[in-house]
Amino acid sequence: MRTICLRSMEQKQGGTIKTVKANGELGRRIRDMGLVPGTRIKVQGRAPLYDPVALRVGDFTLTLRNNEADYIDVDVE
Amino acid sequence: MQATIALAGNPNSGKTTLFNALTGARQHVGNYPGVTVERKEGLCSVGAHTAHIVDLPGTYSLTAYSEEEKVAREYLAQERPDVVIDTLDASNLERHLYLVVQLLEMGLPLVLALNMVDVAKSRGMEVDAEKLSELLRTPVVPTIARTGKGKQDLIQRAADLAQQPVNQTPLVISYGADIDKALLEMQSLISEGAFLKNYYNPRWVAIKYLEMDEDIIAKGRAVNPDLSDRLTAISARVAAHLEATLNMDPESMIADHRWGFIRSIIQQGVITRSNDSDRLYLSDKIDMVLTNRFAGPIIMLAILYGLYQVVFAYSAAPVEWVEGMFGWLSDTAAALLPPGMLQSLVVSGVIDGVGGVMGFVPLIMFMFLGIAIMEDTGYLARVAYMLDRVFKAFGLHGSSVMAYVVSGGIAGGCAVPGVMAARTLRSPKERLATLLTAPFMNCGAKLPVFALLIAAFFPANEALMMFGITLLAWMGALVAAKILRMTIIRGESTPFVMELPPYRVPTFRGLATHTWERTWQYIKKAGTVILGISILLWVIMTFPGLPENKTAEFEVMRQHVAASYPEAAAQELANADEGAELSDQAQALRGALAAVDSQEAQAALRNSAAGRIGGALESVTQWAGFDWRTNIALVGGFAAKEVVVSALSTAYSLGETDPEEYQTLSQTLAKDSSWSPAVALALIVFTMFYAPCFVTVVCIAKEAGSWKWAAFSVIFNTAAAFILAVGVYQMATLLGY
Repeated sequence: MRTICLRSMEQKQGGTIKTVKANGELGRRIRDMGLVPGTRIKVQGRAPLYDPVALRVGDFTLTLRNNEADYIDVDVE
Repeated sequence: MQATIALAGNPNSGKTTLFNALTGARQHVGNYPGVTVERKEGLCSVGAHTAHIVDLPGTYSLTAYSEEEKVAREYLAQERPDVVIDTLDASNLERHLYLVVQLLEMGLPLVLALNMVDVAKSRGMEVDAEKLSELLRTPVVPTIARTGKGKQDLIQRAADLAQQPVNQTPLVISYGADIDKALLEMQSLISEGAFLKNYYNPRWVAIKYLEMDEDIIAKGRAVNPDLSDRLTAISARVAAHLEATLNMDPESMIADHRWGFIRSIIQQGVITRSNDSDRLYLSDKIDMVLTNRFAGPIIMLAILYGLYQVVFAYSAAPVEWVEGMFGWLSDTAAALLPPGMLQSLVVSGVIDGVGGVMGFVPLIMFMFLGIAIMEDTGYLARVAYMLDRVFKAFGLHGSSVMAYVVSGGIAGGCAVPGVMAARTLRSPKERLATLLTAPFMNCGAKLPVFALLIAAFFPANEALMMFGITLLAWMGALVAAKILRMTIIRGESTPFVMELPPYRVPTFRGLATHTWERTWQYIKKAGTVILGISILLWVIMTFPGLPENKTAEFEVMRQHVAASYPEAAAQELANADEGAELSDQAQALRGALAAVDSQEAQAALRNSAAGRIGGALESVTQWAGFDWRTNIALVGGFAAKEVVVSALSTAYSLGETDPEEYQTLSQTLAKDSSWSPAVALALIVFTMFYAPCFVTVVCIAKEAGSWKWAAFSVIFNTAAAFILAVGVYQMATLLGY
């Protein structure tokens, strides 16, 4: 197991969130959607121009921009 | 007693569908004071009683970052509904429980609507409602809002709770030793000081102080600055301690523990899965095609083009009916009223004004229907997702595309529904930048102006010119948006974090209510203002009329003309029915008389307030090559851009011209010595970018929530358009055009 930044995860790669460093409004938005340490995520796809990224979180899909993904580190298998 | 029940819930939880199912047609839409968030209310029968239902905006949480969340939270705290119903998506329970936890922490009497149990079942999930109810100590009612299943039971439970309020103690979650200790300390200070006690419970206030919630801290400071500062000091102390020991802030700590609490509930067997959770749902399979790197953008263009067809092609006929009806009204009024000021006011001011407002209605209805379909199916979120990268570069949001396209991103749209389409944007700065720049797109009313000028000066390159004009509009809008976002609407972009909701088949009722209530709002709110302004425009184009000696001069001219033709021709013309065959002589006389009428109309226009403004501006506008005639036309264009063509026609004494039939005018312009391709280019650029028509301006005021922005769009756009037009004119003149 190794820790990488969410931005550098590949298509269909799964993992568990390790840390979320964002604060302020972005931090709150990210946490409101359940992106907190311990949450399992999987990269569902990327937009045609590679940004934003679509994630599967539990039973739903959410998107965030690459520069927002930079605040999230993930333990990947 | 009439119970008040508030509906809370995440976006896409089926809350609106539930609201419609409960209230039927008995609803009322308004706005919360000072913000553009819709406030929907309705009535619902419960046995012999009636309940008053308030549909709160859909929110994921109750932090006070977005307008929606602030409105929902303020409503719950200040207006204290008797019961809150929170709608949950059973197929996505975990995330929806985050809002439940926050509502329980506020200590609100709560009933949970466990909605979409059918969807959950189809995904191989079974939610144990009783177990959930037991764990949360809150009533849970399974529902299927689409079919109305469970709604009776739900409303009955809510009404029971309203009638016999149980003493609901706020939910207490442990946030770890450090925070818990601080909370107890803060709580006793708050209780002692009876701090903010009318609205919130002490523990909740303490939590908000730890979360550094600006809204609550500001309120606290206003009522008791001393106590507020002591609380802030405790909060700062905890923050410093957590930072030093765990490298975390209290806010994330609290959020992490809330999620921990939710997971502990889920793990106690609330959900039974008969399926692998990694399984691809139908929605994901559709997404593999619709958001595919190659197919996705192509399908999106096709769908946007299709939407455009629906909005503009299919609304053409109803628009014609409405216009026909008002045309008939005008004719009738003209026949009933004696010619003169009153007739002119009723026909040109009131009926044309109301007709102008109503003429947009079919267009707006179709546009909102199209957008409702895109929104309710979930496709709109995909469009935003695919295009965000492009729009982000200009400080906008992927969803901005809708407003641009409808406004005329594909030439021939309309900025009125376009500005209203910016509502789909949830980020305030991006929404404002979008609705201020969308009117730069080439709406259908600007096209006759372009067609006229292209026909007169660039007949060989029609298609190329039209393409260039469309491209220029996009560039102008995007660059202007970027400039706005770097200056007066400056600031970090709103986080994109957005849900891609599962694809759903929209319900007919949902589409119908969505479409109707938005259209009705346009009629009700914009209508009155637009009528007022159209009368004002009529006044400045009409008054002051020609002085009496001038009118007499034209009358003498008419008599001279009549005298120069044989008596028989005059007789024939006077007695002829409309449309009857005339002799050559009579026809020639009629033409000559019409020429005098046109000259009189030109003189009257020149003498009107608008004409005087146009004349006075000539010294400035000559830098862009515009003379007084063009100026009047542009002043008139504020009423509606197609007026530019008809006003030019009057200013050139060509009489009344149908904007679609511009051949005579275009020949006149091509021959006129004060015109050149340089002037034409400058006028094209100016028409594209100057002040939006006043119907759009009124909509900007309504959508942006302030007349300040409406005034800004008039001044900023006109100034920018003028600078560009001068640049184009001077450059083109230098190059010898």
